[in-house]
This record gives sequence, C-alpha cells and structure tokens, in this order.
Amino acid sequence: MHTNVEKINNLNHKSDFPIFERLINGKHLVYLDSAATSQKPKAVIDSMTDFHQNYNSNIHRGVYSISVESTEKYEHTRKLLANMLNTKQKEIIFTRNATEAINLVAYSWAKNNIEKDDVILLSKMEHHSNIIPWRLLSESIGCKIKYLEITSDGNLDLENLDLLLEDVKLIALTHASNVLGTINPLKYIGKLCQENGIKFLIDAAQSVPHMKVDVQDLGCDFLALTGHKMFGPSGIGALYVKSEILQNMDPFLGGGDMIKEVHLDKTIWNDIPWKFEAGTQNIVGTIGLGAAIQYIEKITLDAITKHEFELTNYAYEQLFNLEDIEIFGPTDLKSRTGLISFNMKGIHPHDIASILDYECIAVRAGHHCAQLLMAELGVSATTRISFNIYNTVEDVDKLITGLKKVRSILSK
Amino acid sequence: MSEELYKEIILDHYQNPRNKGELENFDVNATDYNPLCGDKLTFKMIIEKDIVTDVKFSGDGCAISQATASILTEILIGKTVVEITKFDKNELLSSIGMPNLGPVRIKCALLSLKVAKLGTFNYLGKKFEDED
Repeated sequence: MHTNVEKINNLNHKSDFPIFERLINGKHLVYLDSAATSQKPKAVIDSMTDFHQNYNSNIHRGVYSISVESTEKYEHTRKLLANMLNTKQKEIIFTRNATEAINLVAYSWAKNNIEKDDVILLSKMEHHSNIIPWRLLSESIGCKIKYLEITSDGNLDLENLDLLLEDVKLIALTHASNVLGTINPLKYIGKLCQENGIKFLIDAAQSVPHMKVDVQDLGCDFLALTGHKMFGPSGIGALYVKSEILQNMDPFLGGGDMIKEVHLDKTIWNDIPWKFEAGTQNIVGTIGLGAAIQYIEKITLDAITKHEFELTNYAYEQLFNLEDIEIFGPTDLKSRTGLISFNMKGIHPHDIASILDYECIAVRAGHHCAQLLMAELGVSATTRISFNIYNTVEDVDKLITGLKKVRSILSK
Repeated sequence: MSEELYKEIILDHYQNPRNKGELENFDVNATDYNPLCGDKLTFKMIIEKDIVTDVKFSGDGCAISQATASILTEILIGKTVVEITKFDKNELLSSIGMPNLGPVRIKCALLSLKVAKLGTFNYLGKKFEDED
C-alpha cells in the first residue's frame, strides 16, 4: 500500500484556523491532539465575538430586538444539531459537555428506571466519563455494572453477547474509542437493544466530529456529544434523548428557565427540551457551536472523514516502518477513526511528548481517561496522535523525524 | 520548553539508575502514583539509629521520574528521618539541575520525594500532608 501524498494535501484547510499562523518558540504548531480538543476555525471565533460585540443579551426572556436575535441564534444551533443527527429539535438538550450529558441521563432517567440488581452493560474501552456516572449510580441504588471485553485486535468482543443480556436495562458504549480508534458496530447493538427492550446510550464525543452520525440509523435512545471536539468552543455539549423517553424524565438541575409556573405548593416544568436547561445557558458557546456545525457543513463531513482516513493510512504506514514501535488498535484501518495510539519500546510516552514539544509538535501522552483499557493493554500510558481537517502530510513527516530524535536522545 | 529537560544528569541516572531494586527487612516502605503519566514509585529504607543506611526504589515511569528517584536515593543515604521529612523540594529540583520545571513535569520530578516523605512520616507515626 502506498498512499498518494499529493492527493491528501489537496484538502488542506489549515488557513481557516488562525492558531497555525502563530510562531511558538519560532516554530509553527504541528497539532496532533484533535481527539482531546479540535482547533477553532476563524468563522467560529468571529461568531462569538460578533455576539459579544453586537447583540449580547440574555435569551428566552427579553422582548427587545437583540434578545430576540440571541434567542433565535441559540435555538438555531439546536436546529442545526438536530439536522446533523437526523432528529427533532425538541430531542436536543444543551449541556456543558458529553460528561454532563451522560450524568444527566444517569440522574434524570436511570435513577428512576433502573433498580437494584439490574445490570448496566459498558465496555472496557470506555472513557471515564462513561464509567464513573454509572459507578456513582450503582453506589446509590445497588445496580450492577458489567463490561464487554476487548479482543486482541482492539474490537469489542461481541461473541455470545445475547447470552450476556440477562437483567441488562441499559447498554452504554462509545461510538469510537479515544485510545484505540476503533469504530464500534453500534447499529448491530442498537437493533439488539430494540429487540430486547434495553435502552441504548452512545458516547459520540469521538465520532460526531469525524463521521456521519444518525441517531435513527444507530437505533439509540440517548447520545452524548461535546462541542469543543467539533470545532466549537469548550463548555458546550449536547444530549439527544428520544422524545417518548424525554417526556417522562425528571428535571436534572432546578432553577430559572426550566419552569413554567412556580406556586407555593407546586411547580410546573417548562416544555422539553427547556425543562432540562436550567439557569442562563452558555449562549455564546451555543452560538459558537452553531458556527462550527455550519463550518462542517461547508467543508462536508464526507471530506473530513476521507481526509482523516487517508492521513491516518499514511501515518500508520510511516509509524509501522519505525523500529521498536507498538501500535494499538485494529489493523483494519477501515474500522478506525483518525487517531493512532502507540508506544516506543523502552521509552515512556511522556518523554516522547516532551521531546516532540521541542519541535512544537503536540501529541497526547497518558492514560487518556481510560484506565480500564490501559490495564487491558498492559501499559500505564500510550502516546496518541489524532488528526483533523487541518493536518497535512508534512505534519506526519515532522512527527516521524521527531520520533527518530526521541530515540536518539533516550536510547541506551 | 527548552531541550535542557533531558540534560546529561537525567539521561545518566535514567539509563543507569542507582539503588534500583528491592530490600529485605526494610523499616520504611511507601508507594505513590502520578496519575498524569502513570508513574509509579516505591521506596524502601533501612533505618539505624534514626539514620537512613540503605535505600532502594522500584517502579516505572518517565525518564524524569525515574532519574529523579535515582538521584534522590543518593541524597537520602546518611540523612536522619527527620531531615527527610523536612527536605525542601527546591533543593531536589536544584540537584537534578531543573529549578524551573513546568507545572506538568514537576509532578514527575517530585513524585520520588513525595514517596520518601510519605514513608518517613509513616515511620514517625505522623500524617503526611502534601504541600500541593
């Protein structure tokens, strides 16, 4: 396999992102940590400045024109996101991030619908954000948590899954692993859940920015995502909940804007989805997220998926040719998203990251908030590179040169 | 960050660690982790008349944490237990030639001192509270 280098570089959107104009210690940033957070295009930055400069106001309450404007912009993001996920606006709740979205499901749905000795099925490749909310729930109501195993090639072990479903009330899985890059076959699991009356939650933090995600097609009941990994600002995320479930869910946080009427003896909740958005929302963040979705629509998700796939292929090939390197995750690159975790024999990932930083190359080193998976892989940490539309073949080449330097500095 | 991070003293102790291994019949035994990197260090010490006569460390992690642990073992031998409980972290950072480590990697460098203090505080029957 030899990747067509020139073809990959044709899709270079680096100039849309102002951060790459900056010189850091005399060098341009080589950013290979988009799985942690994506960089922000100018369109997103400008949309947020525009709000603060030109129509800053609170939403849903003011009758004056700039408040109407900000309310419309806020709700427009909900519409954009609903279209993106192929669902209805009233099924989208804004949260701080994917973590808060999953916690919302744990508190507002699971607490009332899962009982002692019921089972929640997770996997060993989950991010802590899709483990800890369920552990907390388990401590409070006594439900059980079970984990799907990971196969040696980095996939979910789905053999005999139908035998594991006894007492399972909820399956909560990541769409794409933030460590292995594995894209999980969730459509199959969604179907299985529907056939067995099990609710299905998807942690889509690592998939929504990089591939088409359709909640109807996946057959899920809940889907959590975060804005800052998809070109939006930090502090804004969202939760999709199927409306028939949402109708019967208790509020998450109580306060302003989530109520219709407050009397001394009773409270009437606001309609969905606003019932779940207490207090003044992250208005500017939501507007930024709207601009991010429009940016994605402009360059198209298909182009992002294709660019990242080709670049990942190229990087995999280059890494594979290095000596004493171990690459984690599926070897079939078609079932991977645009990230690669690896280790260099005898060298700690943090030393790799520190030495690459001399060249202004940003990679992630650590356990990636997935300590169950680290234990499964038998390592304490990995080095991870992850791509987005702004990355180029040159970025990968600089990485490879940097890794050779790491070896020469630290080899015994 | 400058390339000074991996200077000669760090590379030397990383590649040829001093006092790495196990002790039998130790008086002090403590372990701690740096969740950020996944560094893990254990320090064992033999104490005679309040003075450290032998130290061994074990564990794994990045070059900074491992080299600093090695350097620290050489500093600890001959010190009294009370001296170790009062040992200034800036003195260790100077000893490894990195007085100005950034906020992330400083945790790698200071893990060994944290473990040594944890062990000696326990030995004295006192509770150790980390300054951070």
